[in-house]
Amino acid sequence: MTTIGFCDLTISYDGKNAVDSFNDILFSGEWLCLIGPNGAGKSSVLRATAGLVPYIGSVAIDQTEIPNTSARWRAQHIAYVPQSPVIPTDMSVYDYVLLGRSPYISYFSTESSHDRDVVSRVLERLDLSRFTDRSLGTLSGGEVQRLVIARALAQEAPVLLLDEPTSALDIGHQQQALELVDGLRREQGLTIISAMHDLTLAGLYADRLVLMHEGHRVAEGTAKQVLRSETLAEFYGVSARVHHEPDGTVVVIPQRSSRL
Amino acid sequence: MLVVGVIIAGVMIGPAGPEWWRIPLELLDRLPFVSIDSGISKIDWNIVIQIRAPRVVLAALVGSMLSLAGASYQGVFRNPLVDPYLLGVAAGSGLGATIIFALGRASTSTWMINPLPLAAFSGGLIAVFSTYMLGTAFGKNRSSTTLVLAGIAVTSLFTAIQTFVLQRNNDVVRQVYSWILGRLSSATWGDVRLVLPYIVISGGVLLSHRRLLDVMRVGDDEALALGINVRRVRLIVVVAATMGTAAAVAVSGLIGFVGIIVPHTVRLLAGASYRLVLPLSVLLGAVFLVAADIPSRVLSNPAETPIGVITAFFGAPFFLILLRSREASR
Repeated sequence: MTTIGFCDLTISYDGKNAVDSFNDILFSGEWLCLIGPNGAGKSSVLRATAGLVPYIGSVAIDQTEIPNTSARWRAQHIAYVPQSPVIPTDMSVYDYVLLGRSPYISYFSTESSHDRDVVSRVLERLDLSRFTDRSLGTLSGGEVQRLVIARALAQEAPVLLLDEPTSALDIGHQQQALELVDGLRREQGLTIISAMHDLTLAGLYADRLVLMHEGHRVAEGTAKQVLRSETLAEFYGVSARVHHEPDGTVVVIPQRSSRL
Repeated sequence: MLVVGVIIAGVMIGPAGPEWWRIPLELLDRLPFVSIDSGISKIDWNIVIQIRAPRVVLAALVGSMLSLAGASYQGVFRNPLVDPYLLGVAAGSGLGATIIFALGRASTSTWMINPLPLAAFSGGLIAVFSTYMLGTAFGKNRSSTTLVLAGIAVTSLFTAIQTFVLQRNNDVVRQVYSWILGRLSSATWGDVRLVLPYIVISGGVLLSHRRLLDVMRVGDDEALALGINVRRVRLIVVVAATMGTAAAVAVSGLIGFVGIIVPHTVRLLAGASYRLVLPLSVLLGAVFLVAADIPSRVLSNPAETPIGVITAFFGAPFFLILLRSREASR
């Protein structure tokens, strides 16, 4: 049971506000997706929640304010998948996923057999077992992105922050990764905040969408409420048609300007 | 095995004293129930025990320390080309030692403790922290290039001050010069006792951080998100590596390239995980420096070739090969 609360979260870089008075409350097991054009402040909200940037206002996990926590506590409660992870190309796949167990290993000791079990399970679940001994440098971009997700899952944290988790994946692996995250959410009640550019996928998996623009929340609600062609035109400057499937899925279709 | 072999070879070979093949015989003779006439005189045996043995032990300690410190610096700064000297430890230690020489050994010989290692240590620490502050103040993303450039700036500044001090104290130029080129030649058991505590503490601290150095390979942000207190780990590792390096420099002078060649050779042989790189660097570092010390004794017999010359002679080409292979793999 893990809730996340934001109260007047404001993040500024060099005096310019990247996020301005962001408020929200996530219930346990909820999936919130932040959408918005580049530079809207989505990543900053995630980074503040992970304790990586200083901010004004309040971010709390189960009423515990983030700045009052230790790095170890945060890592046990929050798993963070960055937008552009640093990949040590000569590290093995297994060792990389094992890094996710760091928050549970005390300063001078090494991994227990339980830690190794967790890693093997995660690798199997993400269909990565056959890569175990390969080094990261020999994998494709999509395989690496799945590994970063695997490392986050190995943290076994109740909160999952995903910053563009599927941008390098093909449509099949996008679905596989998001299905896996969604399955774990249902099984274990994970609370998820993701930032995504693919609006159709965002609407498909998230309970709730928040559209951000220049640091402000400009729209919020279900996919049906947020993904409207006039809203998208206003904030993305895109000309797109929005199509509603009979099962409720909202599909965003970009339109080409009329041919000569 | 290699370590033991090289150390025995190191004890056996030298310009003065008994022929090399007599030494194993003498060692066997000293075992209980074994009696072999090795034909070694008392004086010759003293040469081996009092002059050659401490030199070999010191070479092993210094080689291990420099390699371990080099590997640790490379891990904590995520830059494979950083070595203890690039960050300015050497220049700082050199300046500290020069100041002590300039003050005159006479005025300090009555002190309770030998101020030379202390001065070298403080100088080294000040230099590395200047480098670190400069590198992080100007390099917003803490890019390692900025850090290396800051190291070069600090090294130049400290070397300039050192030159100035030397200019005003012409009489100690020779002493300082021979100190800078690296001197294992005058090693005594006293030197070994002097550095041993620093090296043992520093080595213990660094080796206990090998798992954390692996976590830090994914960068500051991600390591922090994985529960590592990145600043604290970096501070502890830099202090420990600097302390060990400064202690090694204080007794042996500046012996270059060890901190780069050894960790990279280990990486080529055993992979890049710090869990292996750190302990293997300790072993290979000892082997490398003891081995490099052998030609330094016999190459221009009876004079000594400074060991810094030998390591640079092998180190410089190695460095180029390393750069080349990195370019090729890109």
